[in-house]
Amino acid sequence: MTTMLEYSGVHAHYGAIHALRGVDLNVQKGEIVTLIGANGAGKSTLMMTLFGKPTASAGKIHFQGQDITRVPTHRISRQGIALVPEGRRIFARMTVLENLQMGSTFADPAHFDADLQRMFAMFPILEQRREQRAGTLSGGEQQMLAIGRALMGRPQLLLLDEPSLGLAPLYIKQVFKIIRELNEAHGMTILLVEQNAHHALRVAHRGYVLQHGEIVLTGTGEQLLASPEVRAAYLESSAEAHG
Amino acid sequence: MTTPAPIQFTPTHQMPAMLARAKDAVGVALVSLLLGIPMIGLHTVDQGGVLAVMTRWPWLLAFVVAMFVGRFVMQFALDHVKLNKAKRERKRPEVAARRPWLTWLGRALLGFAVVLPIAFSGNRYVVDTATTVLIYVMLGWGLNVVVGLAGLLDLGYVAFYAVGAYTYGLLSTHFGWGFWETLPVAGALTASFGILLGWPTLRLRGDYLAIVTLGFGEIIRLILVNWTDFSGGPNGVTSIPRPTFFGLPFSPSTDETTFSSFFHLDYSADHRVIFLYYVILALALLTNLFVSRLRKLPVGIAWEAVREDEVACKALGMNVTNIKLSAFAIGAMLGGFAGVFFAARQGFISPESFVFSESATILAIVVLGGMGSQLGVVFASVLLVLLPELGRDFSEYRMLLFGAAMILIMVWRPGGLIAHREPTVKLGRAPSPVPANQGAQA
Repeated sequence: MTTMLEYSGVHAHYGAIHALRGVDLNVQKGEIVTLIGANGAGKSTLMMTLFGKPTASAGKIHFQGQDITRVPTHRISRQGIALVPEGRRIFARMTVLENLQMGSTFADPAHFDADLQRMFAMFPILEQRREQRAGTLSGGEQQMLAIGRALMGRPQLLLLDEPSLGLAPLYIKQVFKIIRELNEAHGMTILLVEQNAHHALRVAHRGYVLQHGEIVLTGTGEQLLASPEVRAAYLESSAEAHG
Repeated sequence: MTTPAPIQFTPTHQMPAMLARAKDAVGVALVSLLLGIPMIGLHTVDQGGVLAVMTRWPWLLAFVVAMFVGRFVMQFALDHVKLNKAKRERKRPEVAARRPWLTWLGRALLGFAVVLPIAFSGNRYVVDTATTVLIYVMLGWGLNVVVGLAGLLDLGYVAFYAVGAYTYGLLSTHFGWGFWETLPVAGALTASFGILLGWPTLRLRGDYLAIVTLGFGEIIRLILVNWTDFSGGPNGVTSIPRPTFFGLPFSPSTDETTFSSFFHLDYSADHRVIFLYYVILALALLTNLFVSRLRKLPVGIAWEAVREDEVACKALGMNVTNIKLSAFAIGAMLGGFAGVFFAARQGFISPESFVFSESATILAIVVLGGMGSQLGVVFASVLLVLLPELGRDFSEYRMLLFGAAMILIMVWRPGGLIAHREPTVKLGRAPSPVPANQGAQA
């Protein structure tokens, strides 16, 4: 296994707030790794330091052996990292097709048609709605579009920031099904940030638990699911919510 | 079985609405009473050199009642419009339907614009007004790049118009530069001014950006007013040479080859007016072609993407800085071209032509037309130029008419006259051998 992404001793600050306190984390090629934690634990910050927003104040981030700690934001995705941002952030007034096209801005144009076919095969709803304004899609459909848009850039690593947030239970299931499928059928390496610990740990190979900007627990998905600390802190309430 | 269920709810649901409207109208009536006491209730009368305060309560009462009734009726009308709109939206198909009639309308307008000087050849006023409309169309198309496509609210656009106009005014009067030579230079210069404005404002958005651009517009104007040695100050630049027809001037003189003598025509002042009309028409059409092409290129689509969501753009690897600066530069350049033409047409420019209200008018054209819509800009320009012209008979009420028309348009069409957005990519050839609906069933 080769290391795709590696955080070593990463610190990050928002002004006076010390949001990350020496995080060590790695993602191996072909893995699904999930990062769980409560609101404000620093999950999104951890993901955004990868994009230099904010830049890590100490420590290093390596992607495929290259130091990308201080690479400008807009150059990160060109290295082969795609982000499905929290809250989807699709281009609402543009069509579905245009959204997908924006995702392929830095991909080889020769692949465009084939990639589009792949997305339409994976998300048939997007093909049906290809000329519809993206803002008129339902939340779940928008999430599919955001994932499709990220995949159009042919990334080697896919980051998903809270993909199940605000979705109906049926769509949540579908999103996790897609994540598993992407990994199993297409060998996609995925880093998944989730509050929905139950679903996330079931789909992930490995997981990290983040608390107050520090990794407090790590292990395989099953280990974490079985761990009493995780059960107490993250699963009891969500298990109730999801039956 | 066929009982229309929603109607049963109407009586119970209409009463609170009526009550709310009545409450609202009472509030307005109270405010008008407060304001009306000094303004209407009391008035001064000249009594042998001494001012005496008299009261006119009946007038005040009439005013308050009028405000109450007026507000009530207005609320009623507005609610009605909203309801109708909601109904229409529910009916609207979700697919962004193509509008072939818009294309045809555009072509018809183009045809009309081409034959206009011939159809109205005897009427200089019509051709002159049409030229003014076209200047605004061009400015609108330029600002549309910045505001409509890139979503950067620019309240100082007139500054670029001024830079273009002064570039031609000064280069031609001091160095004898011609119209056509100045055009690219002025374009490059205004584009640099666009970048100059763009750089410090990159991090700003919305209202903050608007304030800074407003300040920028004022700075340029104040420099032009105060730097007398350079710009002639408030007196402006006079006797700017008019454009020539491939070196043939439009003048009645007989000792040189003029346009009329070359073509063996009798001299007429209309020739130049018509020529200027065609110059601006050509410039405007080039602008339109340029912008429509850009919109379909990666940079144009990126402008719209930045307008929609900057964070997503960055995550997708786009350099938002360059995208914004390119929008500022290209928008400014187009404004500069319009400025050069303006200077050449007027023969005289002064800072008074580049005040804030011009920026506001251009912005109004873009917003009323429908942000991002090229055809919408044309309609809005025609409307905003013609309304004050038609309103001349109403003298001092003309701005009132103008304002009322703008409000009515925004109530009737909140997205602008043409809110339709033409997609930049379409799948010409079907991407899959199966049509979409069959593919879904499979």
